[in-house]
Amino acid sequence: MARDLNKDMMLNPAERGGKRASRRGGFSLKGWLNNYLLRHIQTFFYTLGQISTRPFSTFMTAAVIGIALSLPAGLNLLLQNGQEVLQGWNSATQISLFLTQKTGEKSAKKLASVLRKMPEIATVEYISKESALAEFSKHSGFGEALDALEQNPLPAVLLITPELGQQQPAQIAALVERLSKRREVDIAQLDMEWVERLFALMAIGERGVLILAGLLALAVLLVVGNTIRLAIQNRRDEIIITKLIGATDSFIRRPFLYTGFWYGLLGGIIALILVELSLVLLADPVREVASLYHSSFRLQGIDAQTLAALLGVGSFLGYFGSWIAVGRHLREIEPT
Amino acid sequence: MIRFTEVSKRYSNGHEALSRVSLHLPVGEMAFLTGHSGAGKSTLMKLVALIERPTNGQVIINGQNLSKIKRGGIPCFRRNLGIIFQDHRLLYDRTVFDNVALPLIIAGYGRKEIGRLVRASLDKVGLLSKEKVYPITLSGGEQQRVGIARAVIHKPSLLLADEPTGNLDPDLSREIMHLFEEFNRVGVTVLIASHDLDLIRELDKPIIKLEQGYLAHHGAMDAIDTDSGIRGMAGAIHG
Repeated sequence: MARDLNKDMMLNPAERGGKRASRRGGFSLKGWLNNYLLRHIQTFFYTLGQISTRPFSTFMTAAVIGIALSLPAGLNLLLQNGQEVLQGWNSATQISLFLTQKTGEKSAKKLASVLRKMPEIATVEYISKESALAEFSKHSGFGEALDALEQNPLPAVLLITPELGQQQPAQIAALVERLSKRREVDIAQLDMEWVERLFALMAIGERGVLILAGLLALAVLLVVGNTIRLAIQNRRDEIIITKLIGATDSFIRRPFLYTGFWYGLLGGIIALILVELSLVLLADPVREVASLYHSSFRLQGIDAQTLAALLGVGSFLGYFGSWIAVGRHLREIEPT
Repeated sequence: MIRFTEVSKRYSNGHEALSRVSLHLPVGEMAFLTGHSGAGKSTLMKLVALIERPTNGQVIINGQNLSKIKRGGIPCFRRNLGIIFQDHRLLYDRTVFDNVALPLIIAGYGRKEIGRLVRASLDKVGLLSKEKVYPITLSGGEQQRVGIARAVIHKPSLLLADEPTGNLDPDLSREIMHLFEEFNRVGVTVLIASHDLDLIRELDKPIIKLEQGYLAHHGAMDAIDTDSGIRGMAGAIHG
């Protein structure tokens, strides 16, 4: 056996050429693809093995990435929950229809019954001129002054609660617009300006989270880039040797890219754990507050979409950060 | 196989390491590159391996004009070479097997073929039993043989060795040189940079002698002795 192998090593160049040619003749796309995939899979797991031999430093890097990712992810989750809460408050939105002075009680009640039949409207409450005046004088403290007036200056009011599911600001605005065009209606007023303001504030919050996410993504790129730069420097000799043996740039780059990918993925997992942990810590106080408002609101956890985004963004940033570092530093390392 | 035409190499610090060197090493030849340190041996080797580019002149290796090879083509070019270093340049965090397999892994060979070729190569240098150990546990001579197994595993047509016996005792050096002779016998062109004149004399191969960047001699060994004696003296006086 050994002698055969010996002979194989010692074939003369012509024969070797022949052998090479025959190998080329036997070239198959499938075989090449298999080898290519195999090499990628090997590198994939080889790099995982490599970083697991240094658990502490790997964890440090992944933790920095995890914290950077968890901040925007967590804030985004809070915003989502905030919107959920707002949706609930929206149901308290009411539209006040101040009827014209000409509209008598009969036509007002008729209008109320018409409105009740509209699908967008949940409830209609009729407040007559008299009860409006009574309520006003009771609460305002102007009772005596009002008594001095000959006529009741207050209009009759229809208090309208829109149907749930019709709570988007745009839909409600359209409803108000339509109602205000009715003959009997003097002014249609929406009691939700504060909700609109809150929505506007939320939009600022969302934009803020976006900016923060951008900055922290940049931070992740820098962290991964720096880690990979150090890894490249540590493996300087190895890179030089493989270059001398004829390794292409992509061959040398591959393990570093996968290492970056692993860092990013681990960072994403750590971020996931951090966010879930924060949610657990927040759950009790939130339930407390909710119960004070007679709400059954519960903090929503991470959904599948956020989970996929977190892991996907993490591993992409790891890969990309590594790609930048490798591109910058690999060219500098040449055999001398 | 190797053809230098009026090749000069000046480094960025102004030092001219090679001056208008022209030489030709035919296919299948085995030659020694000698000269004092600083004579330009390493530079010449680096030009052949495309580690450096000449300032002037033309280097043709295996019919390829090296000035036509761009950066991206260097890996492919180097796969036709086998390079052996004085300091072995092994990867010490990998086994002997993995070290020797490296050129094949880079070239994308299949796993079965890698196993077969690595064992054949290790068998050739007499280290078949050491495939699973780490190079650090091996002696200097054994490490050099691992380096040789790695350099020949992909059956290069040109073997370059830079002071391959620099750190070895005479017996081990002789063994290594005989290994090179065996590869040469099956048609591999071999160029060895060495200043081990006793061993070179023993092997009776053509000599390429460099002196201060100039080609001082190219031919048989016996011609060199008197020749270099005079030139060496002239060099000493000039120095």
